[in-house]
Amino acid sequence: MPLENTILICAGGGCISAGEISVKEALENEIKKYALDGVVKVVETGCMDACSLGPLMVIYPEGVFYQKLKPSDAKEIVEEHLLKGRVVQRLLYKGPSGEIKPRATEEIPFFTRQVRIATRNLGVIDPASIEEYIARDGYFALRKALSMTPEMVIEEIKKSGLRGRGGAGFPTGLKWELTRKSKSDEKYLICNADEGDPGAFMDRSMMEGDPHSLLEGMAIGGYAIGAHQGYIYVRAEYPLAIERLKIAIKQAREYGLLGKDIFGSGFDFDVDLRIGAGAFVCGEETALIQSVEGKRGQPVQKPPYPAQSGLWKKPTVINNVETLVDVPYIINKGWEAFASIGTEKSKGTKVFALVGKVNNTGLVEVPMGTTLRELIFDIGGGIPGGKRFKAVQTGGPSGGCIPEEYLDTPIDYESLTSLGTIMGSGGMIVMDEDTCMVDVARFFLQFTADESCGKCTPCREGTRKMLSILDKIVEGNGTMEDIERLETLAVTIKDTALCGLGQTAPNPVLSTLRYFRDEYEAHVKEKRCPAKSCKALIAYRIDPAKCTGCTACARACPTGAITGEVRKVHTIDQEKCIKCGSCFEVCRFDAVEKLDAVEVTADT
Amino acid sequence: MENQTLTDPKFAELDEFIDNLPDKKGMLIGVLHKAQEIFGYLPAEVQHHIAQKLDIPESTVFGVVTFYSFFTMKPRGKYQIKVCLGTACYVKGGQKISDRVKEELGVTGDEPTSDGLFSVQEVRCLGACSMAPVMLVGERDFYGRLTPDKIPQIIESYRRKENKK
Repeated sequence: MPLENTILICAGGGCISAGEISVKEALENEIKKYALDGVVKVVETGCMDACSLGPLMVIYPEGVFYQKLKPSDAKEIVEEHLLKGRVVQRLLYKGPSGEIKPRATEEIPFFTRQVRIATRNLGVIDPASIEEYIARDGYFALRKALSMTPEMVIEEIKKSGLRGRGGAGFPTGLKWELTRKSKSDEKYLICNADEGDPGAFMDRSMMEGDPHSLLEGMAIGGYAIGAHQGYIYVRAEYPLAIERLKIAIKQAREYGLLGKDIFGSGFDFDVDLRIGAGAFVCGEETALIQSVEGKRGQPVQKPPYPAQSGLWKKPTVINNVETLVDVPYIINKGWEAFASIGTEKSKGTKVFALVGKVNNTGLVEVPMGTTLRELIFDIGGGIPGGKRFKAVQTGGPSGGCIPEEYLDTPIDYESLTSLGTIMGSGGMIVMDEDTCMVDVARFFLQFTADESCGKCTPCREGTRKMLSILDKIVEGNGTMEDIERLETLAVTIKDTALCGLGQTAPNPVLSTLRYFRDEYEAHVKEKRCPAKSCKALIAYRIDPAKCTGCTACARACPTGAITGEVRKVHTIDQEKCIKCGSCFEVCRFDAVEKLDAVEVTADT
Repeated sequence: MENQTLTDPKFAELDEFIDNLPDKKGMLIGVLHKAQEIFGYLPAEVQHHIAQKLDIPESTVFGVVTFYSFFTMKPRGKYQIKVCLGTACYVKGGQKISDRVKEELGVTGDEPTSDGLFSVQEVRCLGACSMAPVMLVGERDFYGRLTPDKIPQIIESYRRKENKK
């Protein structure tokens, strides 16, 4: 029986956490109930990018896009859409002004503004099926590469202008060439899939949604540099990615696309997984090599660079997931196709994880050179709740925060560096007026201090010292000398730490000091947190004019700090209040005010 | 609480895994992952056993176990609750989620609850940033777009599951 409908249901991390599995089960049950299982196929795909709308699905051939699904919606989808051909209006995506978009993937800016190279197969194919990957020209690039000389492959990548998508943006073709030229009996290619930057999840989505693209990119890279063994170093926190990679490796071996004599070319290449164990520093390439060798993941001095002496002291290339996923595209379409996109020095596209205080969260792949404003406002749909944009954080703990006045900056490696941050792996965390920039800096320092491997003194001791100063400031005990000390320490650590983690650890502090110095000074001089976020510097008070005496706040208060009779004005005992904000959240009459602590103390 | 005695069948299972490795070179982390899967945690006896089996110093094993946050030398609860404190979760109130979970369970750190059912860990990014704040119970149960008041209900659902057994 021919298929009448194919339902693609997104099984990316976002949709799974929103309840995709139970939606899928309910749908399959309904389909069975009406004996449609022969004519309707349900496929779990990789991430469809629009995570804020999840769980979501697209029903073909119509291409109808249903969003924010619940298991209880399954019955109606089957009875109305599949059986009667009537679109379920209430599950369609509605635009900002309420207009209905039945084929959202072709109609709304979140999707239409994207240029999908690295995410070309996400949400389109079943990641557990090598056949579906092959049907999308999968492994054609490997075949083509094997008909070229390794030098020609390297030349193609060099001309494309591809640069590393995981951090510093080193030219990929050059890295391959250096490793190719290193003389050795054995070489290795490692894929760095230790996606540790909090706020970035594109590598996870690509491994889960399109694992074969990664394997193909690795095989091409292996051929170019002369390696026969590749490793994917993947985080233990990504069990689904591990599972899907294992399936993909097994399938590729069965098809002869990994292993001995691939495509009869005489080239042997195989891939194994190495599972990380939760250490951020392992994203640094020399530490990663130590970890792949089964040791403590501590960085070692460079040079020698891994291109000369890497895994087991053999020449080794380490590439990020997105970089390797771009490779088959470049080989298939030619370097011109990739180099024609982007800016002068940053070619192609970049996948960003757009998260935080933004309406449309999810993965977004756009040409290099797209401005931050286009990304956050046109594609991301702006800031929720009518709040004001304050900053966007890029590059994870090694990056920095970019304020409003630079929103029109075209994004590429150079422009971000000049703003005091980095591209990193592409996390973009949007922050609004309620986010305290001193607290954000403190958050990152806490992170790097925790994750410092302890090998070199500047990072081990320096980050802790910086953290203790930041703690002092957010608690309202900071002095102006503390801000100076913070700056001196930051510059010293940057200059003297052993590895990339340590050298970039002060960036969140330096960039917030650069753009938001006034917030630091408000904490120190006025003992005030302008974002009203730092607990020690705020206080809650009930506005007697607005309080209706509904008792909701008193019931929500965990410490019994709120007293008052029904239908009478309530009050907060400042001594007992732990500033958890529960009362502020539950009050339906805006009667609970969040104020500067200094103001409240002055009153009483 | 179930007494996690280090019974022989568990060691036999670990030995079988080690013996079947095609190459033992560089496999310490992989072996520790397996051992933790079998034993639930990595007490000194297990580390000693692995060191002998792989013919490496016990100090090396200990060094690796203590370096990586994924490995633990203390038993954990049956349901491990991982509260994400990655950046996106943090700016959306992840700390409040963690505080509420601990309050509900009556724990202060990563120690298991007295009935051995739960333990809490604050973890770095789980990669579900678009659903922030999120937490993970066990390996698979993701909870997204959390607010502190949703926590008691979620924990209760696992308690009920246990009571039914």
